[in-house]
Amino acid sequence: MKGLPVLSLLLWVCALYFVGIYLFVGGFLLVRLEVNRTSTCGDVLQPAGEEPADFCRAQPRFRRAVLLIIDALKIDFARFDPNNTAPRPFENKLPVLEESVSVRPSHSRLYPFRADPPTTTMQRIKGFTTGSLPTFVDVGNNFASSAILEDNLIHQFGQVGKRVVFMGDDTWESLFPKRFHRSLPFPSFNVKDLHTVDDGILQHLYATMVGDDWDVLVAHFLGVDHCGHRFGPDHPAMADKLTQMDGVIRSVMARLQNDTLLVVMGDHGMTDSGDHGGESQKETDAAIFLYSPSPLFPAPPSQSEPDVVPQTDLVPTLALLLGVPIPYSSVGQVLLPLFPSHRQTEGAAGGLSQLEALWINAKQVNRFLETYSGMAKDIPADSLTRLKSEFSRLSSEYLAAVRGGGPASPQLAARLQAYLTSVRDTCRATWARFSPGKMAAGLAVLALACLLCLTLSELSLVLIRGDGPGLRGPAAAALSAGGCGLGLLVPPLLVLLLRCASLLSDSYVIAEGRAVTFLLLSLALYVPVHLNWDGLLMPPGHDPLKAAGLLPSAALSPSAVRRESGTLLACLGLLVGSLYLSLAFHGCREEQGSCQPSHFLSPLSRLQDNQLKNLHYVLSVCSLGSWTYLLRRCLRHYGNLNSSGGAVFAARWLLPLLCVCLVLHWAVSATPEDSFRNLSELISLAQRALPRAAYCLLGLGLLLVWVDPLTVFVKTRTAATVRGPSLPPPRYRASTGISPQAELHHLIPQIYQRMRLSLDDSELRGGGEAGSRPAVEAYGLGTVYSAPLLLLCGLLGVGLLLLHPEGMALSFLLLLLETGALLHIHASSTALSGLHGTPAGGFNVPWTPVVLWSLAASQFFHATGHLPTFTSIQWTAAFVGFPDGHTGTALPATLVALNTFASHILFAVGCPLLLFWPLVREVGGSRGGGRACGEEGEDAVMEMRLRENPQQFASALLQLSARYLFVEGTQVFASACAAALLRRHLMVWKVFAPKLMFEASGFLASSVSLLLGVTLVLRVDVAVSRWFKMLVPDASR
Amino acid sequence: MWDHEIRAMASTHAIIAASVFMATVVPAVLVPGFSVYGSHLLWLYSVSGAVTAVSVAVFWLLGITAPAKKHTLGYKLSRLFRSCVYFFLSCLFFHTVVVLYGAPLIESALETFSLAVLLTSLTTLRCLCVLGPSVQAWIRVFSRHGAMSVWDTCLQITVACTAFGAWLGAFPIPLDWDRPWQVWPVSCSLGAMIGFLTGLVGAPAWIHYHRKQLTYKCK
Ligand SMILES: [Zn+2]
Ligand SMILES: [Zn+2]
Repeated sequence: MKGLPVLSLLLWVCALYFVGIYLFVGGFLLVRLEVNRTSTCGDVLQPAGEEPADFCRAQPRFRRAVLLIIDALKIDFARFDPNNTAPRPFENKLPVLEESVSVRPSHSRLYPFRADPPTTTMQRIKGFTTGSLPTFVDVGNNFASSAILEDNLIHQFGQVGKRVVFMGDDTWESLFPKRFHRSLPFPSFNVKDLHTVDDGILQHLYATMVGDDWDVLVAHFLGVDHCGHRFGPDHPAMADKLTQMDGVIRSVMARLQNDTLLVVMGDHGMTDSGDHGGESQKETDAAIFLYSPSPLFPAPPSQSEPDVVPQTDLVPTLALLLGVPIPYSSVGQVLLPLFPSHRQTEGAAGGLSQLEALWINAKQVNRFLETYSGMAKDIPADSLTRLKSEFSRLSSEYLAAVRGGGPASPQLAARLQAYLTSVRDTCRATWARFSPGKMAAGLAVLALACLLCLTLSELSLVLIRGDGPGLRGPAAAALSAGGCGLGLLVPPLLVLLLRCASLLSDSYVIAEGRAVTFLLLSLALYVPVHLNWDGLLMPPGHDPLKAAGLLPSAALSPSAVRRESGTLLACLGLLVGSLYLSLAFHGCREEQGSCQPSHFLSPLSRLQDNQLKNLHYVLSVCSLGSWTYLLRRCLRHYGNLNSSGGAVFAARWLLPLLCVCLVLHWAVSATPEDSFRNLSELISLAQRALPRAAYCLLGLGLLLVWVDPLTVFVKTRTAATVRGPSLPPPRYRASTGISPQAELHHLIPQIYQRMRLSLDDSELRGGGEAGSRPAVEAYGLGTVYSAPLLLLCGLLGVGLLLLHPEGMALSFLLLLLETGALLHIHASSTALSGLHGTPAGGFNVPWTPVVLWSLAASQFFHATGHLPTFTSIQWTAAFVGFPDGHTGTALPATLVALNTFASHILFAVGCPLLLFWPLVREVGGSRGGGRACGEEGEDAVMEMRLRENPQQFASALLQLSARYLFVEGTQVFASACAAALLRRHLMVWKVFAPKLMFEASGFLASSVSLLLGVTLVLRVDVAVSRWFKMLVPDASR
Repeated sequence: MWDHEIRAMASTHAIIAASVFMATVVPAVLVPGFSVYGSHLLWLYSVSGAVTAVSVAVFWLLGITAPAKKHTLGYKLSRLFRSCVYFFLSCLFFHTVVVLYGAPLIESALETFSLAVLLTSLTTLRCLCVLGPSVQAWIRVFSRHGAMSVWDTCLQITVACTAFGAWLGAFPIPLDWDRPWQVWPVSCSLGAMIGFLTGLVGAPAWIHYHRKQLTYKCK
């Protein structure tokens, strides 16, 4: 077979897709331009006319500040409701805040603190130190956070000589390398670890506070966040953690001095499942608590209090309270209740009045706006001129008021505030910028790649045959182009079109899991309906009135037709059933209001009911067992478990061993931490060793399948030579029920007969002697291509299951059942429509099964609990086998990607099975039945047909892969179109952009896996050739 | 002969369409607060009942129904009984299919079943009228060469249109437009109804324009 052209053509198409995706994403997700300028003390000069006092020299309102950041401190955690008699684990656990607010209202205040999306910790730290709005594209940097280059609070503190001491989350250390006076970072990546960071901070916090070698103390606690990720907010562990934090805040408040400001804040909230990253209100609304032993708020709480404090506002407020310039790129506005409405003490910068603070703030924001609009042209010109003219009006009014010496009008403060708000809103609206040229180029390349795939799938036979490249090429191209227009109207492509159209609507993307299932079901039901329409589903002649001539061909006997139809309908039932059951494994998007996420999605260790835990565990183990059993049963059925090769070893021993590892791993990880205290070391060792052993077994298995993919067992029959050629060829005896041995090991000696015949022919031509070789029985030769592929899928499936929560074993079992059902439906419909009956038909795989296959991949993406949102990424996958975290970023990223795209990978690797399955089933079904015991031996050829027609094999493989790539590629193209067309849509960052990222990454995973699958098939082909040569050395001549 | 049959079909369809119209208008006059969206189930049953009654009457009067093999009363009764059983089974079948397509399993089961009743009265009932209670004949009719009379072709067209309409009717449900007709199962039953009416109009027209190509060898 011509393997190389197939592979190179596919590689070329994939490369084209990748280029298109790269171009489009590059144009769609631009990074916000960073202004690399810093504010200096001279910038904050008082309005002209007064003596130029140095802002930084003046006495600040507070000399020192303590910044306690409690990661994911949601506003709901901070509130205290005395009437709540039965608080849930996360309610009423921080009474200190409410006590202090009610007892000392002029010393403390509690506000909701609204973060800007994306609500990931690194983006938030960036946001509340620079005062800017980090953009969407920064989300990807969470694995490798890099130093902040923009002007920020830490830099400004350093400029004026304030000593910043930091302790806690080590993200800070990577964001501000070597900026701290002293720094005590603790590892943050391991979300299972609730205590290391917090205990590390507590060891040093109080001692540091009592000492005097600090001006700003930043402590970032991670326990609450990790508790959320691990157990969710509604768990006793959260109550413990919050109570601990309550104690910490009390102790810190007791140690504060009069010149010190305390800020307790969360960087973001969390959803009901304990995650964050998106922009739902549960994730964005954190809490901020301000406190000082000296009176902090000049006025008691009043009507003018802000309802919500935007996170950007912290930066200018802290800067002015501590007497440092506001960072250059900040777009926040000062928190007015902290400033007196009139200047109280003359000359002290700390005594800035509200109007002065607003003026300094507005001047800084205006300067940033000018610099920024000079660098980038993305802020709309009309709103820019509007803002600028508003500022010049405000500035002249303010200066007039200051020069006049009289009290400024109260409206001025309100207008300054309005100006600051509108600048921030303008920035927020425009910092999603696009490069239309790159986007258009990307779309064009993607469209071209899709078209190329379509052409490739239509012309595969011509291309592989490679004859007449001068003339036939263009003619065939024109022909297929004409055919394409008509071809798009066939139902499978119509379904694909619907699927692509559904990507353009946010409602359908939100309900994608259901929509894909709906389409999959519709297309699956179309198969028997279409067959019946062609009169192929029912055996002909059951109706005596019927004229026999009306049917296309009576290729199959009535009983065979009846059996095939039965198989088809039974498999359809199985498919529909597993589709329906798999709906139970879906996760929930925040947009789906009343949705309840599947119970199987949470890891077993989160379950508190022991009985339920055991039940889930047993269910998972049973599913895994059935997965392995079904796989081995299938291989055994076709006689692929008899030889002693590498692949067979993997199927016989490695696969069960892998499952044992998995089962033990689940058991270990489900045990509660505190139940076996004396065994804790053993448990932690097992937590590390078992998954790693599974990884090793998986790697070994894959290697063995690659090195020795043949699963053929050769049994030499010396007796045959003695008895001579007069012996009738041994029969294939399936489903006769005479010999269970034969039934188990599909005995395919006819293949050898055939093989020998053809070899004899060539040998006669070559002049060798015939008949002296021993007769041979080959077990499993009929499934020589599909068996290693099946095994590879099985091994990969178990490996990918390891990265999922335990409950997903059920879903993976459904996946296997659905795959089998799809393959059987395809095989039966092929047999019924008699596609292989005609020799010229080739091995073409029609569109319907390919589209079904691809839809099933998308469907199981959802049915394994994934969703196209960043919040739903199962980060825990990175810690399977590495409970202590990682040093690099490549390995965890790979593990998470494998977890996320598990179904894409499995279906793409298994895609060539669509080509093999009709041939595999041929023996058991269509031709085998009525005439199995007839005189024709050639019926049991199965996959050896492919070897007989290497060209058709290659072209069919190319066509199948091209079709799969087309189906997957058009979906990427459609979601890219959606992102481009709807880039100003309300939902673009919530729905379309994440969908595009997931679709594109899924395509990468699919195409790479598809290439892997195709390469394995080619590898098997090479091995089979070698095997034939070895078996019959003369053939090499 | 062609013209005669097509004319008969067209008038039959006109009667059935009129019955649908009446089943919508008459309750609107008689029942206070009746509307297609608001009291959807009522409309649904009224339409189903009307279509069932009128179809049975018209097809029986025209004598299109496949002739019974025996003329004994017992045989006729058993045939009637089987028809009723088939009707009910078909309701269950449609209910299952609709649930598998994503309808809620337990909540609004009544709505789902009502939709199944409507679909049955629009499709299965017609099969019963034209072909009698024989599943094999039904399956046979829905193949390219399975139609043996103009009525069979007509059956193919109306049933396909109804099923397609109901299928298409599911599309607007996930959209966030908050319209009254997006409530389950309004859009699906409306889609089925519109598809059915289209089929009623389309079938005679299609047969009229393709009468040269249509050949029924076995009748
Ligand atoms: Zn965080
Ligand atoms: Zn977190």
